[in-house]
Amino acid sequence: MAERSFAREVEHLRLGKGEEFRGEAILAITKGLLQAGVSYVGGYQGSPISHLMDVLADAKDILDDLGVNFQSSANEATAAAMLSASVMYPLRGAVAWKSTVGTNVASDALANLASGGVMGGAMVIIGEDYGEGSSIMQERTHAFAMKSQMWLLDPRPDHGRIVDLIEKGFELSEASNTPVMLEVRVRTCHMHGAFECKDNVRPAFTIEDAKNAPKRDLGRIVLPPAAYEHEQEKITKRLPAAIEFIRGNRLNEWFGPDEGKVGIVLQGGMYNNVIRALQYLGLSDAYGTTQVPLYVMNVTYPVIDSEVAEFARDKTSILMVEEGQPEYLEQALNTVLKRQGIATRVQGKDVLPMAGDYTVQAIAQGLATFLEQNDPRLLGNRPPLPDARAVLAEPVVAKLKSVVPPRPPGLCTGCPERPIFAAMKLVQQELGEHHISADIGCHLFSILPPFNLGATTMGFGLGAASSAAFGQRGGKRSISVMGDGGFWHNGLTSGIGNAVFNKHDGVFLIVDNYYSSATGGQDILSSRAPNKNRKTNNPLSKAVAGVGATWVREVDNTYDVGRMREVFREALTTNDEGPKIIIASSECMLNKQRRVRPLVTKAIRSGKRVVKERFGVDEDVCTGDHACIRLSGCPSLSVKQLDDPLRDDPVAAIDNSCVACGNCGEVAEAAVLCPSFYRADVIHNPTACDRFKERLSMGLIRVLQRHRERRRVSMEFA
Amino acid sequence: MMRDDSLRLPLAPVGDPTERPISIAIVAMGGQGGGVLTGWIVKLAEDAGWVAQSTSVPGVAQRTGATIYYVEMMRPSGNLKPVLAQMPTPGDVDIVLASEFMEAGRSVLRGIVTPGRTTLIASDHRSLTISEKSAPGLGIADSAAVTDAIGVTARQTIVFDMNALAVANGSVISAALFGSLAASGALPFTRTDYHAVIKADGKGVEASVRTFDAAFDQVTAPQHIAFADTASTLETAETRVAPLPPRPTDQRLGERVERIRRNLPQQAQDMAVAGLVKVVDFQDLAYGDQYIALLEGLLVRDKALGGETQDYAFTLQAAKYLANAMAYDDVVRVADLKTRRARYGRIAKEVGAGPQHILHTTEYMHPRLEEIAGILPAGFATWLQSRAGLYRWLDRKVSKGRRVRTYSAGWFIMLYVVAGLRWMRRSSLRHSIEVASRDRWLEDALGMAQTNYALGVEVLKCRRLIKGYSDTHARGQSKFAKVIAEIRSLSLRDDAAEWARRLREAAIRDSEGGDLEGLIKTIRSFT
Repeated sequence: MAERSFAREVEHLRLGKGEEFRGEAILAITKGLLQAGVSYVGGYQGSPISHLMDVLADAKDILDDLGVNFQSSANEATAAAMLSASVMYPLRGAVAWKSTVGTNVASDALANLASGGVMGGAMVIIGEDYGEGSSIMQERTHAFAMKSQMWLLDPRPDHGRIVDLIEKGFELSEASNTPVMLEVRVRTCHMHGAFECKDNVRPAFTIEDAKNAPKRDLGRIVLPPAAYEHEQEKITKRLPAAIEFIRGNRLNEWFGPDEGKVGIVLQGGMYNNVIRALQYLGLSDAYGTTQVPLYVMNVTYPVIDSEVAEFARDKTSILMVEEGQPEYLEQALNTVLKRQGIATRVQGKDVLPMAGDYTVQAIAQGLATFLEQNDPRLLGNRPPLPDARAVLAEPVVAKLKSVVPPRPPGLCTGCPERPIFAAMKLVQQELGEHHISADIGCHLFSILPPFNLGATTMGFGLGAASSAAFGQRGGKRSISVMGDGGFWHNGLTSGIGNAVFNKHDGVFLIVDNYYSSATGGQDILSSRAPNKNRKTNNPLSKAVAGVGATWVREVDNTYDVGRMREVFREALTTNDEGPKIIIASSECMLNKQRRVRPLVTKAIRSGKRVVKERFGVDEDVCTGDHACIRLSGCPSLSVKQLDDPLRDDPVAAIDNSCVACGNCGEVAEAAVLCPSFYRADVIHNPTACDRFKERLSMGLIRVLQRHRERRRVSMEFA
Repeated sequence: MMRDDSLRLPLAPVGDPTERPISIAIVAMGGQGGGVLTGWIVKLAEDAGWVAQSTSVPGVAQRTGATIYYVEMMRPSGNLKPVLAQMPTPGDVDIVLASEFMEAGRSVLRGIVTPGRTTLIASDHRSLTISEKSAPGLGIADSAAVTDAIGVTARQTIVFDMNALAVANGSVISAALFGSLAASGALPFTRTDYHAVIKADGKGVEASVRTFDAAFDQVTAPQHIAFADTASTLETAETRVAPLPPRPTDQRLGERVERIRRNLPQQAQDMAVAGLVKVVDFQDLAYGDQYIALLEGLLVRDKALGGETQDYAFTLQAAKYLANAMAYDDVVRVADLKTRRARYGRIAKEVGAGPQHILHTTEYMHPRLEEIAGILPAGFATWLQSRAGLYRWLDRKVSKGRRVRTYSAGWFIMLYVVAGLRWMRRSSLRHSIEVASRDRWLEDALGMAQTNYALGVEVLKCRRLIKGYSDTHARGQSKFAKVIAEIRSLSLRDDAAEWARRLREAAIRDSEGGDLEGLIKTIRSFT
């Protein structure tokens, strides 16, 4: 594992009955899984569910005690396929991933799983990465639930409710033989809150029991004629069973008065913001005492027709608050009411935004319009809504718009990927621009300033595959970038194997930073750290050789910009056939610092000789051109304005956060920029030999310096 | 919209609409510790028996991007727990904590800082964004614009350099922000409550408490000024005046300063003194005399052009850019700067090396034959350049990256010897090239000033384009030549000075974002 401890979080998992859990919801979910008696957990890390994976990876003792099999899956398809353990056995299992990207990858396995159905409870924890802060395309997981018929839970953002729905979700899955998805949005995953715990449950039927008494049933395997029967079974058996369970256990919730002219139907996840919007309109207090009837769908698929009909029947109009598009729920509500001949009008995306975050502001505006149209009396004397428009219209604020610069994310201080892209930029200055296909991972920041490299990104591990069309000889070669995470996720076969087989002529860069870094530094097959629970240290070079790659160059120190550039140049100009594969390896600096820094501090304290390095800039030598920054973008490399009336431009400056990776010096040297950079080595606890050499050389140096200083005109003013 | 009939409706809103949770937004940069501060604030409320909820959207922003954390807190009412929103609503935020000044500006643009409601607690230090840093010249955003905006948007502001305060107290900015929050009185908790939260954290408690207290005291001190004066705005070079005290300690330099004070107009004196110091430091006193003589000559021409009515702008700019042109960047200068005594001390201070440590530095140098040839006597260097084969062969031997261990005896002596070559500088090839270029530039400026004073001044300022080493220097030269040629072609226009300024600005930003060629095309389309 990455050298980062989740020990404090792991302690949360040990809480027993009646104790209070306080922390992030994603951790509450992790605890909820153990309380529900899962037998196995898998998944693939990624915001916002990385924490779940990280904490379980560090919780081996607890999981062993409970007999839970946890693994970090190779990708989401692997995780989904893992759920097949619940097909024939009464085993509860859960997997987790970032969605919709993860669900896209997993969908083949999920469709098969959902077709045959499950015996044990099978649950997918969906980290719905939608809206502000998201790093992926804006889509809904809802569509997957509908197409494969998996139940979709969308709990109200409340720790207790979420944990309760995990337990109920497993029961629902078992009662209806259908896998269940539990959807939690980004803000909810990272939401701090509390709930009262129950004891963890050791599953009655274990994985070992299953292995020792294997079972098979041809009727559960997706092959005609069973596949046709599965579809019928979904409609005639599993759906009715689910509806009965959901109704019987009141998984959905009702708030506010029983009757009303209008009502609001909402996804569970929208609840908190809807209450705040109602409060702004004077229709609720801060504790959720609402004057408008609410029907909260903690289960958004299936829609429970009878509950909807009952809620809508005596109202003139209902509003569907549904984030994202298309408006599946609004359509479903219309179908239900139309079919039953209920005349209640359904509104939703006509008064609320079709796309984007449902912020409190957006909901409040939509609600106001809806009430204005249907029951204006409810709005009473209309207290003023919070409104910043007047402030934003102030001239000084309007002016600010052109002043505040964007602050995009970028590579960390000392990132080993920076010199790779600096070298790529330099080689393009020599050989011209090339088509570059990028991939998902930290290296995707190459598309942003200052590097501005990369034309497309087609999905995790697909950087190499996405240059497939450019594989013929002739013209300038394409360059594909892929991280070690993407490589093991699927890139080895989809990208490298494909390129070897089809004799692709392009250049394939594999960025190896020893971890799945962008998702939090998890271990993968090629990680270098020993891991007693997993088999690491499987080199990428062996893997690519294994699929038949022959032109492979390994750079074991990416900070050597000159060498990096040479390898790129060679790859782009060689006459050799087939893919030109470059494996550039250096440890993720974030993880390295976490690992090394405490060791260094300890060594210094215990009197050992330690050399601490840092870079600096001679400000008199720097001319303020900032070419070095355009080849770096390092957070620790900034500029400062000198107090010198003769200088117009600020000069480069390096701050204390420098970790001495060497990129700026290397770049200055390789690009022949300027001699301003220096590396300062501070020797802590020097040896007697160090001292002796120091005295000799510095003695001589001081004599020389004094000699010249005496002959120089003093520039001092007094 | 308020409608007439609605005002007459009998229905009153349920409950008191003002009874809302306290809302706090923390705007920060990823990896800056915003999460820690958020955790503290939540704990502060929970310790008091309140219900608190925080949310965040770290995602990719955790890698140094702009991000926001959001906290709501409220007392429970009997068994009823408040339902807390998951994101800040513009116009409805009580407290905004900004860990950097442009992020404070961004929060204003999000509409979460509003008059009558928001207490804005911000550090006015700057962490520059990539676009500000990578601009090929001065690209730093104007902090004064943020100061102006928060002046009209926030109800209460607490602004000072909390980063410096935190660093001075051995901690990080979260503790300073927390201390300022406590001192603001925006939350109904006592200083002891805050201390308890920090102490319960267990990590770096002592430094955090020290920083917290320092921030608290600074805010509550009576002389604390809310904002405006304390905002550390980065001034532009144009607005600054040389703050040099009047008397040099060296008698010989003093005489020359006297000469400047005597002969040059008051407006240009301070700049000329700074320029004198630069050229004497670069070469010697005689070179300084040459600088003053050149300036005096230019002043005569300036006066003839009616400079007196122009505040002697020509002489002032000449004083500035002539010094830069005369003190060009060559290997001798670099070696000299790297071997000075003060440099060792400065670096030691910067990296925190004391007498118990040993400090070494390694320089990253990549000299090419061009630089070496530059210092050789002009005749010999020209001969060498004419022998293309030999020159290339030598360049291959010379031109490579070199790691120079400055404070090892061998390397130091080498640098020292190079620095000592200044005696042959004035006969070197590089010097003859620089002098020719300098004279041409001054002639151009004077020539254009004959018909258009302001244009002449602009041409002087174009010298700024030439800077850097190697390729950067060559690129600067070619941009300079291009701009001057273009200026010459439009020099008869009345607004020529304005176009000259635009051309220069475009040229400065040319490698990143600016479009010199585009501007030249535009100009040619109407001339």
